[in-house]
Amino acid sequence: MTSREQDHTPRVPVLMLGQTLLVTLQGELQDAVAGQLQDDIVSRIAAGPVTGVVIDITGVDIVDSYLGRVLAEIASSARLMAARTVLAGMRPAVAITLAELGLTLPGLRTALDVGRALALLSHSPPTGSPPHPGRAHHADLC
Amino acid sequence: MQTSADTATTRLPIGSDADLAWVRQKVRQTATDSGFSLVQQTKLITAASELARNTLIHGGGGQLDMTVLHGGLRLTFTDSGPGIRDIEQAMTDGFTTGNGLGMGLSGAKRLVQDFSIESQPGQGTTVTVTALATPMPHPRPEHG
Repeated sequence: MTSREQDHTPRVPVLMLGQTLLVTLQGELQDAVAGQLQDDIVSRIAAGPVTGVVIDITGVDIVDSYLGRVLAEIASSARLMAARTVLAGMRPAVAITLAELGLTLPGLRTALDVGRALALLSHSPPTGSPPHPGRAHHADLC
Repeated sequence: MQTSADTATTRLPIGSDADLAWVRQKVRQTATDSGFSLVQQTKLITAASELARNTLIHGGGGQLDMTVLHGGLRLTFTDSGPGIRDIEQAMTDGFTTGNGLGMGLSGAKRLVQDFSIESQPGQGTTVTVTALATPMPHPRPEHG
């Protein structure tokens, strides 16, 4: 078996949970696979009712500037398509390394795990439609 | 001082996307074997990934020579590409001629303990980094 076959780039599976896309990244991610993922996510957002994207990087032990750029671009393009992105499960060693590398990914929401990421997406208001003041429940007023 | 009979150098080619993944795997394995902590390992592999990508994209491919030192690792990335005209500018955060974030060289330098770069226009580029398994051996205060 060789890992150098160029013919078909392996794809990262993109799952649909309600109106949220769930993408789980694992281990070594080649540049071409990461680039393909961005296309796949944006196509899925365009095709269906998608309001959120959760990218689970619990299984990723290295995020370099290339993967960081791809993640930031996925979030930016998803936002332009009216969907919000949450990056879930970054490992502590990866966070320390990214901070030292100077790549703090402003604009990318993060959560400690997928459960919290889904909760974040379900609790925050949809993009572009602020809650109508007359319809706010008083539990929301704080 | 003893001669380092137990040091070894491994050469890895850098010519494709798949080679970058292979470089990361080999650096990880060697750093683990050399007793690097998880954070030190992660920093070194990330630096190696940035530098190997530079070798591939800007240098048109080249090689990595990985040497096991006592308590650390030395990585030398060599290409025979166009070279760097202005090293100071290339080392600036945010400066990029490719499609990255311009954090490759400057970021990699922050992730290792020693960093040197040699380049002449038309004569390729060599970047050498050294990372230690335990970077700052401060004596710990003893209790009792």
